Amino acid sequence: MAEAPQRSTEEEEEANARRRAFAMAAAYEERKFRFRVALVWLAIFIVATVFLSMAKFDWGWMIDKAPQIFKGAWVTLYISFCSIILAIILAVLGALARLSKNPIAYGVSGFYTSFFRGTPLIVQLFMWYFAIPQVALNVVAKFGLPSSFYRASVLSAVLAGILGLGFNYGAYMTEIFRAGILAVGPGQTEAAEAIGMTYSQRMRRVVLPQAFKIIIPPTANEFIAMTKDTALVGFLGSTLFWYDPFTYGRTLGTLDSRFIEGLLVAASVYWILTGILTFFQTKLERKLAKAYARSNVDEQSADVPSRSQRWFSLGGGGGPGGGAGMTQIPEGGDH
Amino acid sequence: MVKVEGLHKYFGPLEVIKGVDLEIREGEVIVVFGKSGSGKSTMLRCINFLEEPTDGTIQIGDMKLSGGHRNRRKREQIRQLRIQAGMVFQDFNLFPNMTALENVMEGPVTVKKIPRDQAERTGRETLQKVGLAEKAEQHPARLSGGQKQRVAIARALAMEPKVMLFDEPTSALDPELIGEVLQVMKDLAQSGMTMIVVTHEMGFAREVADRMVFFNDGVILEQGPPADLIGNPQFEQTRKFLSAVLEGTN
Repeated sequence: MAEAPQRSTEEEEEANARRRAFAMAAAYEERKFRFRVALVWLAIFIVATVFLSMAKFDWGWMIDKAPQIFKGAWVTLYISFCSIILAIILAVLGALARLSKNPIAYGVSGFYTSFFRGTPLIVQLFMWYFAIPQVALNVVAKFGLPSSFYRASVLSAVLAGILGLGFNYGAYMTEIFRAGILAVGPGQTEAAEAIGMTYSQRMRRVVLPQAFKIIIPPTANEFIAMTKDTALVGFLGSTLFWYDPFTYGRTLGTLDSRFIEGLLVAASVYWILTGILTFFQTKLERKLAKAYARSNVDEQSADVPSRSQRWFSLGGGGGPGGGAGMTQIPEGGDH
Repeated sequence: MVKVEGLHKYFGPLEVIKGVDLEIREGEVIVVFGKSGSGKSTMLRCINFLEEPTDGTIQIGDMKLSGGHRNRRKREQIRQLRIQAGMVFQDFNLFPNMTALENVMEGPVTVKKIPRDQAERTGRETLQKVGLAEKAEQHPARLSGGQKQRVAIARALAMEPKVMLFDEPTSALDPELIGEVLQVMKDLAQSGMTMIVVTHEMGFAREVADRMVFFNDGVILEQGPPADLIGNPQFEQTRKFLSAVLEGTN
């Protein structure tokens, strides 16, 4: 084997110095850009504050009521967590059914995704809350069932909200999961079949673990979108204990004729919440992108641009280059 | 040991295999070659039902199966048949979410229900056989193509199959990595394993194969010991194909 000619250390050092200089210049340009973007944000906030103050905005009221309205964030998170778990279960089942050759499974899942994606979420929420008890009442009357059956069908607003959001998002996420499972590729299925695995072993051990890696980032996106849609649950009427930020802000604002103030506090609850969640999502995405990475070298070289990705995606949710390196799969659609 | 009888395979209206009969004795090493599209890979995939035979039967050991509707009983029979036949793919198809050792243990543990510690012991031994004992804890992404293919061979061997099926095992490899995979296959042949190898590696065929089978347009045109087939092919098509392949390698 022919040895590559040794480069002199001097030459190497010079090359290294040049590389470092380039990296520093790039980093400086990036910091300068970030600083300017921050100035733009600050300017928008100042203009908005001045404008609102001129319109006799009641800042005192907002500060006064904020703690109460912010407490609603727990309701938002509770409903979101329960709904996303239901949605994930439905999406796994729905996706497997969409990919199956069984006409019953395929048909049922097709109907499910078509109906829940084809009708407005708010209509579905009202159906869970109002329509089901009505149907149950008629069924109880017609077949002489015990009235406990009817009572069970009257859902609390929160439970109806969880079911409504879970079924709706589950339908969208069925498509995400289906694409994720397909992205694993036929070779993996064949390899698993060739060593004699059954369908369920193949799914559990080989296909789904790989699919989940692809599915997690878009699922996190759905979760963030869902936190905002929990505001719709407020329309079902809530018990005081279960007020979400939107209902809190709206109700308190109406009582004191401070509409904009109440809504703005409510909006900032969701805004801060999605900001925090997006931050964690970006971290998670980068961690997943590194899973089974080819070598340490890749991880190191990926470090420089990723810092800017984190910063950008905090503001706008997947700004320039957000989530680079992840497999792109179609999202369920707009909500 | 392995018997293919009256095999036909259609993909839609296209007949890819037009009646193939092939019998392989225990310990025999067969090299199957022919133009792409001649049906050689399809036959191999029909043997473990990765493709459904349109007509004909497949026998491995004393299990005999034909194509047709896959009800629960049929699926179980196909599964049992597959356990008897180890398959090595062109693109390795290792499970990227598992280490090399876990890849090798997956079949014994999940399919054969062998206790983990025992499967790990034999798994390490099998990796040793393909010369990769020190890579046991690596994920496939960190392995070279040749190493991946050797792990894939170990994964198939771990099921203790009666026959090994190789579907162009070196076609996706860089030239300098082909040797290590062929060496593992030679060792395997010497250990008495029954093997059906679809490949164009004529050096390997000459050295290791007991019999060579030439596929042409969906049928077996010619077969015989390597010396006869390479040295004195009876058909024009065989001659042409061989000279094209040998030119490429020399």
